[in-house]
Amino acid sequence: MAGQVFAYIVHRNGVAEDTALELLAAAAKIYPDAPATAIVTGVGDDLESVCNALTSAYPEIWKINHDAMAYPNAEIICKALVNILPAGAIVLLPHDTFGMDLGPGLSIRLDSAYTADAVDFTGLEGSVLKVIRQEYSGMVSTHSRCDLANGAVVTCRPGSFPPVENTQAGGSVVDKSADVGDLTVRRRYLQVVEAEKGDVDITKSDVLVSVGRGIEDQDNIELAEELAKLMGAVVSCSRPIVDAKWLEKPRQVGTSGQTVKPKVYLALGISGSFQHLGGIKGSPFIVAVNKNPKAPIFQVADVGIIEDILDFIPELTEKIKESK
Amino acid sequence: MEILVCVKRVPDTAENEIEVNKDGSDIERDDLVYSVNEWDNYAVEEAIQIRDKVGGSVTVITVGDDESEEVLRREMAMGADNGILLSDAAFENSDGRGIATILKAAVAKGQYDLVLTGAQADDGAGQVGGMLAAMLDWPYASLVNSLEVEGGEKIKVGREIEGGNQEINEIDLPCVLSIQTGINEPRYVGIRGIRKVASVDIPVHGAADLGLAAEATGSGGARVKRVDYFVPELGEGAEILEGSMEEKIDKLMELLKSKGGLK
Amino acid sequence: MESVLISPANALYFGLPGKAIFILIPLIGIGIFSYIMIRRISPLRSTTPDPRFGRAGERIRSVFKYWLGQYKHPRYFLPGIMHILLFSGFLILSVRSLTLVMMGVIDGFVMPGLGGGLGHVYGVLKDLATTIVLLAALVLIIRRGVFKPARYDVPPRYGKGHTWEAILVLCLITGLVTCDMVFDGSLSAAQIQEGLPTETILPGTGHWVATNLFQTLPQSTLQQLNQGAFLLHELIFFFFLCFLPLGKHFHVITSLFNVYFMKLDKGTVKPVRWGVSDEKLDDLESFGVKVYEDFTWKHVLDFYSCVDCGRCSDNCPANAAGRPLSPRFISIKCRDHGYHKYPLLGSSKVTESDSVLIGNVLEEDEIWSCTTCGACEEECPVMIEYIDKIVDVRRAMVDEGIVPQSLQKPLQALEKRGNPWAKMERKRADWAAVEGFKEVCPVKVLGKKAFADALYFVDSISSFDDRMQDIARATARLLQAADIDFGILGKDEKDSGHEARRFGEEMLFQDLMAHNTEKILDSGVTRVVTSDPHAYNALKKDYQDMPPTDHISELLYERVRSGAITFKPLENSDKTYTYHDPCYLGRHNNLYEEPRAVLDAIPGLRRVDMERSRDRSFCCGGGGLMLFYEPEEEEQRMGVIRVRMAEEAGADVIVTACPFCLVNIEDAIKVAGLEGKMEAIDLCELADRQLDSLKA
Repeated sequence: MAGQVFAYIVHRNGVAEDTALELLAAAAKIYPDAPATAIVTGVGDDLESVCNALTSAYPEIWKINHDAMAYPNAEIICKALVNILPAGAIVLLPHDTFGMDLGPGLSIRLDSAYTADAVDFTGLEGSVLKVIRQEYSGMVSTHSRCDLANGAVVTCRPGSFPPVENTQAGGSVVDKSADVGDLTVRRRYLQVVEAEKGDVDITKSDVLVSVGRGIEDQDNIELAEELAKLMGAVVSCSRPIVDAKWLEKPRQVGTSGQTVKPKVYLALGISGSFQHLGGIKGSPFIVAVNKNPKAPIFQVADVGIIEDILDFIPELTEKIKESK
Repeated sequence: MEILVCVKRVPDTAENEIEVNKDGSDIERDDLVYSVNEWDNYAVEEAIQIRDKVGGSVTVITVGDDESEEVLRREMAMGADNGILLSDAAFENSDGRGIATILKAAVAKGQYDLVLTGAQADDGAGQVGGMLAAMLDWPYASLVNSLEVEGGEKIKVGREIEGGNQEINEIDLPCVLSIQTGINEPRYVGIRGIRKVASVDIPVHGAADLGLAAEATGSGGARVKRVDYFVPELGEGAEILEGSMEEKIDKLMELLKSKGGLK
Repeated sequence: MESVLISPANALYFGLPGKAIFILIPLIGIGIFSYIMIRRISPLRSTTPDPRFGRAGERIRSVFKYWLGQYKHPRYFLPGIMHILLFSGFLILSVRSLTLVMMGVIDGFVMPGLGGGLGHVYGVLKDLATTIVLLAALVLIIRRGVFKPARYDVPPRYGKGHTWEAILVLCLITGLVTCDMVFDGSLSAAQIQEGLPTETILPGTGHWVATNLFQTLPQSTLQQLNQGAFLLHELIFFFFLCFLPLGKHFHVITSLFNVYFMKLDKGTVKPVRWGVSDEKLDDLESFGVKVYEDFTWKHVLDFYSCVDCGRCSDNCPANAAGRPLSPRFISIKCRDHGYHKYPLLGSSKVTESDSVLIGNVLEEDEIWSCTTCGACEEECPVMIEYIDKIVDVRRAMVDEGIVPQSLQKPLQALEKRGNPWAKMERKRADWAAVEGFKEVCPVKVLGKKAFADALYFVDSISSFDDRMQDIARATARLLQAADIDFGILGKDEKDSGHEARRFGEEMLFQDLMAHNTEKILDSGVTRVVTSDPHAYNALKKDYQDMPPTDHISELLYERVRSGAITFKPLENSDKTYTYHDPCYLGRHNNLYEEPRAVLDAIPGLRRVDMERSRDRSFCCGGGGLMLFYEPEEEEQRMGVIRVRMAEEAGADVIVTACPFCLVNIEDAIKVAGLEGKMEAIDLCELADRQLDSLKA
């Protein structure tokens, strides 16, 4: 029998992230009959509310209340987990900036296997977990095998493991704060610097006209701006546009940018990488325009148009003008 | 400051068509061009800027074969002082842990204050940096998008976190950092620069030089194994509009109106 | 001629003998002038070599056309004519000036050869000259001082205005000719009073006016006027002489040499260092121009010769677009930097760190903004070169790794894939394999098994860009219809490297050129045709030992002239067409009329020329790597400015003969909001569409 499965819960402002329930679903794909144990670190009321909220989903929640964990410092949490976890534990983390920070080092200190950014599990063969991952910026997928015999640390891609609805786990919270041991580390958290708000808050707009690499040139962004103006929408973009400094950071939609919940999302010349899509929540009506019929965006969009956006946008703009 | 930057030679994904080969064992490599992993290039630029500010040297290192030497030379043309190639048949098919093991042995042979890696490479795992740090028992920070070196035993790093925010940390030297793109603007390396370093000596170290046992690396030591490559079946996906551009626009406008996209 | 007045040499000035004064003043003047000239010339020894001493015949012809003939001056009509008048006046009066100086030393001095009748003729000519020069100078003082044409404005980032210098010199000129008139007028008036003969006095000249004005003055006054005018003339003359090398009027001396040593081969780019062969380039310590002394002596002479007229910047498309590039100020800034580094008195006022041009004298964006269109060089009346200098500065920046991020990817793609879009080599000939095309126009890919007479060099953009592939196909169809046995290199073709070279990546260019040269020569073709003017220029000017190369428009033109081509009449003859001259077909290669003749051969085609056409054509925004460059400062795209010019000319269709022009203009039409009202088309596409018959 392989080790116990744990899911590390990432939370903000007293509310667990969506990944909390996704990890439970992921664990269920490894051991359908042995649900995972949640691990939550933090302090005070925020910690309490997270733990209580999780009791409906997780049968057992290990709570670690420690001042040093008021802000989740991966180095500190790593040490704590090494002291708390039983041998051979399987630890699931979200593949977000925290999971990427914690996962690899944790696996070494636990002397476990490490698999990053899993998008699916397809079963267990003895102690070997069959995993699906992607490589080359998502262009190809791979079947991978991860040996759980000595335990494992696995990070799961956010949004890849749909949570199970309506659970009644009736979970209990166990306080493990005393077991953390020595937490001296050589990396100290100082502060979070918030992103510039910028002149526009894209998270407030119902309709977003979003541009990606297909816009090709900074000057062409005018075309999107004109369209957005006519539609009463706001212009947003994917990461490459911000890296090229064609639009400011507050306009970026994605896991390293803003999370938006519009009603309508026009993805123009955007290929649809998961980091970008990770910033779109709430199931908006997604229209994708891209000249590459194989662009991943067409998998998640509601409506797709295969055209060059540099031809399409001006035409659409004209038509909207005429109709007014 | 003595800085070591771990670099990797990867297929250029920009306009390469990455396709799975016939038996799924690998991607089709015939027409691919290779270059240094983009994240690693940012790391080397950062290292060079630090060295220019506080003195010291920059060494670039890679685990690979003869062909990997070209990325070392390119980074040296960019400004790195030394290059080291870690090559041995025993290293082939190592998983991330195996690579980290090899690099750890190389770090132990030197006197480095700072080890940099790119935040991720072609397999998207982003694991080697963190593993290397744990093996060395050095502190680690990933996704670093700003670095402040003042001189002394501590440095300040900013990490990229969700929402476009930045987490500022202080970290003791020696440490390992994984570098995110956008931290700087890498300088251009021209053909002339590369020609200038064409005959600089790059030492090659194998398993024996590093004191590594065969089981520690290669496929023997791997706990994670890739079985094959495939392209997943595409699901339903979007409703693709047909017809002339005009017809598509008309249909789109109808849909937008109904969904509240057009006022 | 017996003189009533005492000549200056014999006269007394405040008790001092005139002769002594007029030996002293020239001695001091020439002494100072020589010192200044030595200080100006000696830095040239520290510059890099530039072989300009051959081809004397061509050079002499150029001097006659551009220097003596002032060929470029009337391009700005009023100031041009005024300058011609001043210049001619100067040439005529040079003899007079010398004579006057000598008169101060040798009493009664007459220039050898001008003793007899010829002397009288010269006298009249001289009087005409002084009069015209005076009038011209006065007109120009008013023009510069009151009307202040915008062309001369100095944007605040470049410092204070330069108008004072222009007006000062015009005043000095006014002074010189006025003194001459007063000198002659006073003598003539005195002669007349005594009933003695005078020099020939042409009515209406200044001499005549002065003579009449002075008619009634007592002789003592006339003597004072005469002496005073002479002294003043002498002082102004030598002051002016010494002033010349201090600013923009140095051109008075250097323009003759600058024109003589002008660049004779338009469209070429200078090697990294003259005298260093391509194979030895790796040995060079540094590439390009980092500091002042890296310029060649001719380039430094260019800086000295800059007239500050602003004609270059007035025609620079980057300048018009609001980019921080003003060619005039490249010359002025580098000149001033040189003057600070090699001052007339004392030692260099430039520290070593300030010696690096980029960041101290020139800015990165300024240098990267240039599209190498050549409008500046075309306009400059003293034949100053800009493109070579900018390429040299770029070479230094590339050497240091200072390349804008937006250009790094395409340069790396050129290195790895032979095209700036990093598209795969094996897809380079895909444009010819399209269904519907390959059946009617099979295109041979040259190689071990396939040979042809002619090579169609497609180059990167026409091979890979979805829209520009239409041009490639149209060209192929035209070649086929002309019964030309042609083939393409396909995946063996790499980018011509034309822009890589002009963007300072010389070694990348050398690699591309070596590769293509080998492939072209191995293929055994006897001629090369291309529809890409950048490739055309590369093959003709940059590459060596190529078979004869034509642009497709030349080929079409031949057949239009011989009558072998006929075109179908246009279906819609309501539209007005205008031809946009691509920089690398027009200015750099003088192909203006051929494409126009082809268009005029299409029945029903109504054609107009934009105001700025032919050698005044306005760059579309640039080709090759310039398509990728994102300037930090720009107010409007060059393409948009050009499209508005077409609109103003009343055109509905813009015809170009360059794929890059087509990209920029089609894009600009969208950005300008003129979609549906304006269209763009390539010459090949139009010819192909309208082709009725075409025989070899």
